[in-house]
Order: sequence, then structure tokens, then C-alpha cells
Amino acid sequence: MKEVFDNEMKLEFISKSSNEAFARLSVAAFASQLDPTIEELADIKTAVSEAVTNSIIHGYDKKQGIVKIVSRLKGNEIIIEISDKGKGIENVDVAKEPLYTTKPNLERSGMGFTIMESFMDKMEVESIIGLGTKVTMSKIIKPKIEEDEEEFKMLTTNS
Amino acid sequence: MESEFYEKDKLLIFKITDEIDDHTVQMIRRRADYEMERYMPKRVIFDFDSVTFMDSAGIGLLIGRYKFANMIGAKLEITNLTGSVRRIFDMSGILKLIPVC
Repeated sequence: MKEVFDNEMKLEFISKSSNEAFARLSVAAFASQLDPTIEELADIKTAVSEAVTNSIIHGYDKKQGIVKIVSRLKGNEIIIEISDKGKGIENVDVAKEPLYTTKPNLERSGMGFTIMESFMDKMEVESIIGLGTKVTMSKIIKPKIEEDEEEFKMLTTNS
Repeated sequence: MESEFYEKDKLLIFKITDEIDDHTVQMIRRRADYEMERYMPKRVIFDFDSVTFMDSAGIGLLIGRYKFANMIGAKLEITNLTGSVRRIFDMSGILKLIPVC
């Protein structure tokens, strides 16, 4: 059965590092419908930036390819899929280890997956050698109305 | 990025004014290494006050500049880490190596 979403967007662009800012800002603009805090928005932008950089640097290496982003909103959750048709990751578990990098000479920190995991609520990686990699991340944007209600309750009980 | 060199103290300050990602670090790296080689400072400070976005490329950049500064006999420091920039620095463990001033 197909899952029902409240909203959806798709974005495709060439694997150029100059597109990184465009990619994270587009997803952030889409996410802003859920009324995130500045911090939540920064988390999303950083996680997207990491995944897109991985596709460009590792997935496609120096070759040109297409990076695809699909983002969906469901309730107060944002789900973001970032995929490439690049070379794939040999061992996802090893790649996810903090500070692991295949390109230390390029001054890579090896923190990409660690940041995605800690800045988002969920993160999954599917990869097939020679076919590509898909990263699926999601984050629940805490509703702001509850805070107002709590404040309202506090105000009414005090008086 | 803006930079200023104080001859008397042999102090070179880089004020980063761009968002820091894999794309922008390439330019920042070239310029920082060029100026460090040119001025041969004793102390180098990276100021993050105007940085509105940084991903892990910023950590790679700092590790590289730390090594470069060591090579030319300079001490590297960083300043004005706030918000999500601070969180990424904390996560990286790099602050054990590079002092915040």
C-alpha cells in the first residue's frame, strides 16, 4: 500500500559542489512549512549538506552525475531521501564509523554519517556497488503550539 | 573571507564570511595557505563570528590548516564559535587540538 504524505518535492541537479548550498537551502525552504526552530532548520541543512557532499565526492568521484532529492512531509515529520547512481559503498557499517574516510588526503573529516545520524532522528543507508547509494533521513519537528498551551496553563493556574 | 596581518605581533587573522561547505573550503584553503606562506605569522586566528552555516568540511579545513600552521612554526587558534558551528566542533573532538581564544 502506498503511504500517504501531506506534501512532496523532488529535486535533481548535476553533481557539482557549487550546487550544495542550493540543495540544502531548497530542502530548508520546504521544511519551513513545519515551522521549525532555527536550530532544527540548521540540523536539516547540515545533514542534507553532508549527504549531498558524499554523493558528489564519493558517489560520483570526479565524474558528472545526477543527485536526486525527494522530500516529504507527513504530520510533523520531514523525510528526506538523497540518492545518486554513483559507485556505491562497499561496507556501509564501516563507512558510518566516526572519522572513517577514504579520502584523508583531501582533508575530509570522516564525520558525514555521524552528523547525519546525530542531527536527524533517523538515518538509513542503502547502497549497491556500481549502482549507487540512497540515504533516507527523517526528523520530527516539535510542534510549537504545545509550548503555547503550557504557557497558557501556567498563566491561568497562577492567576 | 577577510584577513588582517599585524606585523608587530606576527598575528594573522582570518575572518570567514562565507557559508562553509565542500565547495567554499576550496577557496578558503587556497587563500589561507597563500597568506600564511606570505606573512609567515607566529599566531593564526580563524574567526567564525560571521559564519552562518558550516558542515563537516569545516573540520577538514581546520585540520589541514592546523598542519600547515605547524609546518611554518605558527600557532593556530579559533574564536567565536556559536550555535550549530559550535556543536560540530564539539562533536569532532578537534578542540582538544586547537585552542579557542
